[in-house]
Formats: sequence, structure tokens, C-alpha cells
Amino acid sequence: MQMTSLFCRVATLGLSLALGAGCTSIKPWVKPYERAKLADPIMVQEPFPLDAGYMKHMYRSREGARGSEGSGGGGCGCN
Amino acid sequence: MALRGQGGAVVVVINTVARVALYTLWTTFIVWTSTSFAAVLPEERIDLLHHNYNGGGMQIDGPAVLVRKNLGEQVSVSGHYLVDSVSAASVDVESYASPYREERIEKSISSDFLIEKTIYSLGYSTSDESDYNGKSYAFGVSQDFFGDLTTLSLGYSIGDDTVGNSTDMNFSEDVDRRTFQLGLSQILTSVSVLGIALEFINDEGYLNNPYRPVRYQDNAPGNTKGWSTQAEVYPNTRHSNALALTYTHYFQWDGALVAQYRYYTDSWDLQGNTLAVELRKRLGSWILSTKLRGYTQTAADFYSDLFPFSDAQNFLARDKELSTFNTVLVGIGARYNLKPSLGFVKKAEVGIMFDRHMLQYDNFRDIRQSGFVAGQEPLYAFGANVVRFNLLVWF
Repeated sequence: MQMTSLFCRVATLGLSLALGAGCTSIKPWVKPYERAKLADPIMVQEPFPLDAGYMKHMYRSREGARGSEGSGGGGCGCN
Repeated sequence: MALRGQGGAVVVVINTVARVALYTLWTTFIVWTSTSFAAVLPEERIDLLHHNYNGGGMQIDGPAVLVRKNLGEQVSVSGHYLVDSVSAASVDVESYASPYREERIEKSISSDFLIEKTIYSLGYSTSDESDYNGKSYAFGVSQDFFGDLTTLSLGYSIGDDTVGNSTDMNFSEDVDRRTFQLGLSQILTSVSVLGIALEFINDEGYLNNPYRPVRYQDNAPGNTKGWSTQAEVYPNTRHSNALALTYTHYFQWDGALVAQYRYYTDSWDLQGNTLAVELRKRLGSWILSTKLRGYTQTAADFYSDLFPFSDAQNFLARDKELSTFNTVLVGIGARYNLKPSLGFVKKAEVGIMFDRHMLQYDNFRDIRQSGFVAGQEPLYAFGANVVRFNLLVWF
């Protein structure tokens, strides 16, 4: 029951975001040719995925909190 | 997972390594997918890692490898293998038993499918050690929209663990786990990105440690310690929620900032706050970095360092990871772009990271210390060095 409620909350949030983006007149304000810095290797949040996974595992083994250690997605549409 | 006491008997268990392994694996799995450039399959690459953890009486090290290969224009497959070789003499081990050694092996396979601007991901992973086996199935989807300024990613995984007990071959308990992840990445400007991540985890089953005891006050004649022990008892369910905000910024002095805040709460009344900041600077082929991370948490509502008497309440825990404490991590790192001359290697990168992790407990006492009244022992604290060496090879 709790999972169902949880899923509904998340689905509602996702739908609201999608509809909000679709109904607005706001245009994408950063053009593809303006995204070079976002694609720079120095901007990659986790340049070594195995290393990042290992550190998350280390935190979870020694701290009570868990989840959302990574980023909220990423990508710049540069390629 | 188990700790073998003197005479070969398994006496107590220490860590939650096995229990957390698969959570971490699939969080990482979703992030691998979602942090790729929008609607593009992951690059073909071999990642190698050697890790070493040393502190609090624990020494853990081992190798890891990750291989990703594309099959045509729309399918990418990957495999991952990691070994943890553990030598443990932590405060829990020394309080109740004797040091032990063991090995944990983690494996996964996964596949990404690119269909128009959407990436679908499927994966399977296992984590095995002598008395704990876990397996997990995961599904993820990532979609770009709004001129590719926004990326939405969703992940769902099912975990199925089996808990054993080295002192009782007939002991076998199950843990079922459901994890739901939602990630949103938004390009704010030509030099900054904001990420929002939500993760909900529901566990059901045998959640406590089959070996670890709690202690309670016992002033019986002849008991010089002033306390005795009984088995810990946990609830059979745990529901947790985590929300994280991540901000990434490029600076004109050829540097970058990655900052993250996370709020955590769960049905055991444990609340945590995490703040982490990393600064990077490029110098030629090098990228140097420095990191500072702080974490604080409140205790679970059924935790106590010393219960007033036996069976003092329905649920009992003396796991220091469920106590009130804070941690600080400081780290430095260096990455270097190699210029390989091998024909099949497009490029390569090495990276070495060193972190110092310091933990200070507010209501977990070091009961190895003698000469103190029960409940008046010094509070426990320790520090650990975490060193990793990475090699990435694009082919």
C-alpha cells in the first residue's frame, strides 16, 4: 500500500513537470553551440564510476542514511 | 559478514557491507545511465579500480573492473566485477569476539537500449559472501526534453537477499527490497547544471544482524562490567526517503565546482543531512581536485548504547550506524590524460584519490575501555584513510 502511494506521488510529480514544460511558452535558453563548457571533462560529476560506486558503498556501510548519493541525472545534449 | 570468535565459533557480526552492496550498485547503475550525455549510449571503455580502506580496525581492499561495449548503434552492454577482501578488528569485533577475514564478490551485467531520445536500461547484479547472498534486478529509463536542457530519469529495482548464520547452518532469512529513483537534471546556464534526485527504499524481512548483541544494565553480584548482552531485535520493515540537490558550475579560470546537499529520513526516525563540496582546477593534462564532506544524523528510535534492563522494549539496537553521530571527510585527487600509442586505444586517463574519513559518535561508547562505570565509558571515534587508483581506457 505504501509503495503504491509512493509511486503515485512520484508519478504525479513527473507528470506535472512534463506538462509544465509542454504548456509553457518558455524556449530552451541555452543553445547547443553554447554548451561546450558543460561537455568539458572537468564538469563530469563522477568521472570514475567504479570509484564513485565504491565510495557510495563505503558511506552506506558506515552511515545510517542511504539513497540519492548520485546526481539527479545529467547530460547537456552536446553530442 | 560474520565474525569468527575464538575456537572457531562465530560470535558477532560487524558491518552492514553485504546489506548495502546492492543498494549502492543500482544507484550507481542509474547514475551511469543518466549522467551520459543526453540520449547517447555510454562510451566503449574499460574501467579499472584498486581500492584500499584502512581505519577503525578494518582493512578492506581489492580490485574492480567494468567493461562497456556497444552492439551496433542502439545497444550497449556492460559487465562489472568487484572484490572486497576484508580483515576486521573493529570496535564491535574487539568488544565481543575476535578478528576475522573474509571476501565479498560483487558482479553485475546490464544493457542500455537507445530508442530515439530515450535510453532504456536493464540490469542484474549479485553480491556473495559466506553468510549473505543478495541479488537484484533493475530497470531504468532516461529521457531528454525541452531542447535537451532537461533530462528525466527513472529507476526501479527489486532486491532479494538471503541472510545466513555461520553458527547455525539451518538459519536462513529473507529480505525483500524495492527501490524507486527519480532524477531530474536541468541546464541552468551555459556553465551551470542543477540536479534533483529522489530515492525511496522499502525493505521487508530480516533486517537486523544475526550476530550483533545489545547491552543492558546488569548489576548482579559478580558482574564486574555492570552490563550483560542479549540479541538485537529490529522491525521487519524500513521505509526510507532521500532528496538530493546537486549543483555543478564551470569557472572561467578553468575550474569547476560540484556541490551537493542531501536530506534523509526513514521510518526508524533516523534523519540525516549531508553537505559536500568539490573544487577542481585544470593544469595542462592534469585535473586536480579537493573535497570536503560533512554528514550528521540522529539516532533510530530503538537505539540505545545501554538499555536499562533486559527486554526493555520491543525493538533493540546497538548498531553504531544507527546512533547519533557526525562525520567529516576531506579529500584530494589528481587525474591525468595519457597519450597512449597503442592502436586500439583511443585515449586513457589515470586518477588517484585520497580521502580521510573521520567519525565522531555522540551516544556510542567504547566498551573495550575498562575501569569505567557502565554507561560512562569514553565515546567512540575513529578515522580512516581511503585510497583509490583508477585507470580508464577508451577503445
